[in-house]
Amino acid sequence: MDIAWSAEEVAFQGEVRAFLGDKLTDDLRASGAHMTSVYADPGHARAWQAILHEKGWVAPAWPVEHGGTGWSLAQRYIWQRERIAAGAPPVSPMGVQMCGPAIIGHGSDEQKAFFLPRMLSGEHFWCQGYSETGSGSDLASLQCRAEEDGDDLIVTGQKLWSTHAHAANWGFFLVRTATLDRPQKGITFLLIDMTSPGVTVVPTVSPAGENIQNEIFLDAVRVPKANVVGAIGDGWTVAKYLLEFERGGAAYAPGLQIDLDEIKQFASEVRGDEGGRLIDDAAFADAIAQARIDVMALEIFEFRAMSDAGAGRYPHAIPSLMKIRGTELQQRITELRLLAAGRYGMAYQPQAGVSAGPVHFPHGEDAFVGPREAAIAPMRYVSERAASIYAGTNEIQRNIIAKIMGL
Amino acid sequence: MDFIFTDDQRQLRDALRGYLARNNGFSVRTATARSASGWSDSLWRGLAGDLGILGLLAPEAARGIGGNATDMMVVMEELGANLLVEPYLETAVIGASAFGAAHAAELAGIATGDLRIAFAWAEAGTRFDRLPRDTIALRTTVGWRLDGGKIVVTAAPMATHFLVTARIGDEPALFLVEAGATGISQHAFPTIDGRRAADVTLDAVAVPDGALVARGGEAIERLCDIATAMLGAEALGVMRVMLDDTIAFTKERRQFGQAIASFQVLQHRMVDMYMQLELATSAVYRAVLSLDAEPVERARAVSAMKVMVAAACRFIGQNAIQLHGGMGMTDEVAVTHYFRRATVIESEFGSADWHRRRFAALSRAA
Ligand SMILES: Cc1cc2nc3c(=O)[nH]c(=O)nc-3n(C[C@H](O)[C@H](O)[C@H](O)COP(=O)(O)OP(=O)(O)OC[C@H]3O[C@@H](n4cnc5c(N)ncnc54)[C@H](O)[C@@H]3O)c2cc1C
Repeated sequence: MDIAWSAEEVAFQGEVRAFLGDKLTDDLRASGAHMTSVYADPGHARAWQAILHEKGWVAPAWPVEHGGTGWSLAQRYIWQRERIAAGAPPVSPMGVQMCGPAIIGHGSDEQKAFFLPRMLSGEHFWCQGYSETGSGSDLASLQCRAEEDGDDLIVTGQKLWSTHAHAANWGFFLVRTATLDRPQKGITFLLIDMTSPGVTVVPTVSPAGENIQNEIFLDAVRVPKANVVGAIGDGWTVAKYLLEFERGGAAYAPGLQIDLDEIKQFASEVRGDEGGRLIDDAAFADAIAQARIDVMALEIFEFRAMSDAGAGRYPHAIPSLMKIRGTELQQRITELRLLAAGRYGMAYQPQAGVSAGPVHFPHGEDAFVGPREAAIAPMRYVSERAASIYAGTNEIQRNIIAKIMGL
Repeated sequence: MDFIFTDDQRQLRDALRGYLARNNGFSVRTATARSASGWSDSLWRGLAGDLGILGLLAPEAARGIGGNATDMMVVMEELGANLLVEPYLETAVIGASAFGAAHAAELAGIATGDLRIAFAWAEAGTRFDRLPRDTIALRTTVGWRLDGGKIVVTAAPMATHFLVTARIGDEPALFLVEAGATGISQHAFPTIDGRRAADVTLDAVAVPDGALVARGGEAIERLCDIATAMLGAEALGVMRVMLDDTIAFTKERRQFGQAIASFQVLQHRMVDMYMQLELATSAVYRAVLSLDAEPVERARAVSAMKVMVAAACRFIGQNAIQLHGGMGMTDEVAVTHYFRRATVIESEFGSADWHRRRFAALSRAA
């Protein structure tokens, strides 16, 4: 055990900083630093991915033979921290973090050869089609049907909440190919070209007025069986494998620390309740301190979780634990931002930030009032309520942990 | 001691509830909020004429009803439940409470619906403190000259008049200014709860003698306490709908072959939401019934209330969203609109931190 960075790791940090300093344009930097939700705008995310692709840094967690970086745990952590601190937008997670591992783990050689390079280059931009009107937490009850027809599957049904489906040209879906004794059986993991005839994407507007999620209607969409990942009817195995990645794949602590640094900076520039700077208010300083303490514990937990040994007495509970704690703290930080914003936290000014999709509510154009941090704060607060709902709600995560604990 | 509403108050509530259901249902209200002006003239006229509630606090001599604070609490709770976007609090509560006999014409204007008021008190340099710092009133030969700036003045874009706090030397004072007066400029924007606000600049705005409405810090503190108490009453209506909608949704929504309301963890969450609402309601009653008490008692009751209401708004709001699952992250369901209003109410007229400090300071002094 050793908690300090090695000399190589410090050198790596320098290399990362130099790269970011060299390649990040002001426009890209703003698109990452001023996001109004956890999602980056697809245009900027793709532009940044193209730069990363040139360098070979799109998918640090992938095996090297498929285009991964071969970085150590510490290096991956350093990369994540530096990227966020520099304001680079995140690469869209649906491809590299979710569909990619599924294909690597369960896909055919042909699928790997065709999809992985295009996923890395950003030529394919992915969305996830799991949830349905009647199937959210109870995902296995999904009803979107796929009938076999020669070498094809014919897919008919409806999906909900699909993030960036309006920007995606590929989607990975769970569809029902058979109705058997258990709902988990008869589900198939399928890759669908979103430009196929019969695919219709309808925008969903969030409480922050943004169209990031979408409804997808599939009307007799013809998909080659070659696009099935794993075996027909064995999609639940693939989905479960992938869910672990969705829940535990990314560390939360690096981003949370940067968030707290930003709030501290902002709070030292605005007036507090006690007449001085906000950062000097006892109540506010306590709240920041508590958040820091929570993040420090999470940080080491995440290191332990990522290192081989596995943390705690119930290792399988780790992704769920990380998801709960990471999203709770993410949400807490948006509360602190909103508090720091003071009265400007009431204003609706998406134009002060970069939205991840079209904005549907009436709002001003270029100019905004108050500091930019304050203008973005309510957008983040409202948007991030989703964090305890998506990727398996925090209630469901607690159910999972309880079961693993044998309760 | 008596915590029972009178028959008149019950009738008032039922009449108002029915009227708003007919004339300002959710889709009508949302369309109004997203219209160019952001408010509805016909609804405003209805509040004045059909219901007569714009003049609820105005004396009968000024064409009002001469109602009391409890009557107003009943009204504000219903307006909260309806998510009304028009400047009722600013006009019928703040305006009507600010004006005395010297401003009978303005009181009548409030009652008839001709006046729409915005309360311009907050400044960039004062955070939640209520007394003006950087807005200055200077005596002129014909009246007063006002200079300064106010931030996030709710309802400013739709107001006919502003009530502006400004310093006369070291003394805080309150002035009535026409919204269109020379020297006033606005940077308007929507607020996250679908209302409108503006940052307002006052540059050598000339007003007559009669524009001085009140002098002294206590007058402004009292006005803000009244406004805060009534905002708390509004919050009760907002929270009641969120709780009711969440209960209805969880009984309807099925996952794993059963209504999600059957999961004990969700039951306990809704029980906690209910408890928060009941305690917030109790705090609002105390605040409203203390508005005529001596200043320290009034201020303590109001600040205590705001701390409770802010916490309840947050807990009930966040959990209403959470229990709706993905539906809670769409603009389609009403609950997300109520959540945004509750979020604004949390910090309007001072955050929980600000009011806790004020309460502590008042308690030490008492
Ligand atoms: C911003 C956002 C992005 C999303 N992106 C995608 C996407 O790209 N692709 C995709 O397929 N889906 C996506 N989703 C959907 C997401 O996965 C679902 O919303 C989530 O699984 C919850 O399902 P639901 O919305 O049907 O809620 P429900 O399952 O109806 O849950 C409602 C409430 O009941 C609780 N509950 C349910 N069952 C239990 C239980 N057994 N015990 C205790 N409590 C329970 C839940 O915790 C929740 O509080 C997204 C959602 C959001 C909000």
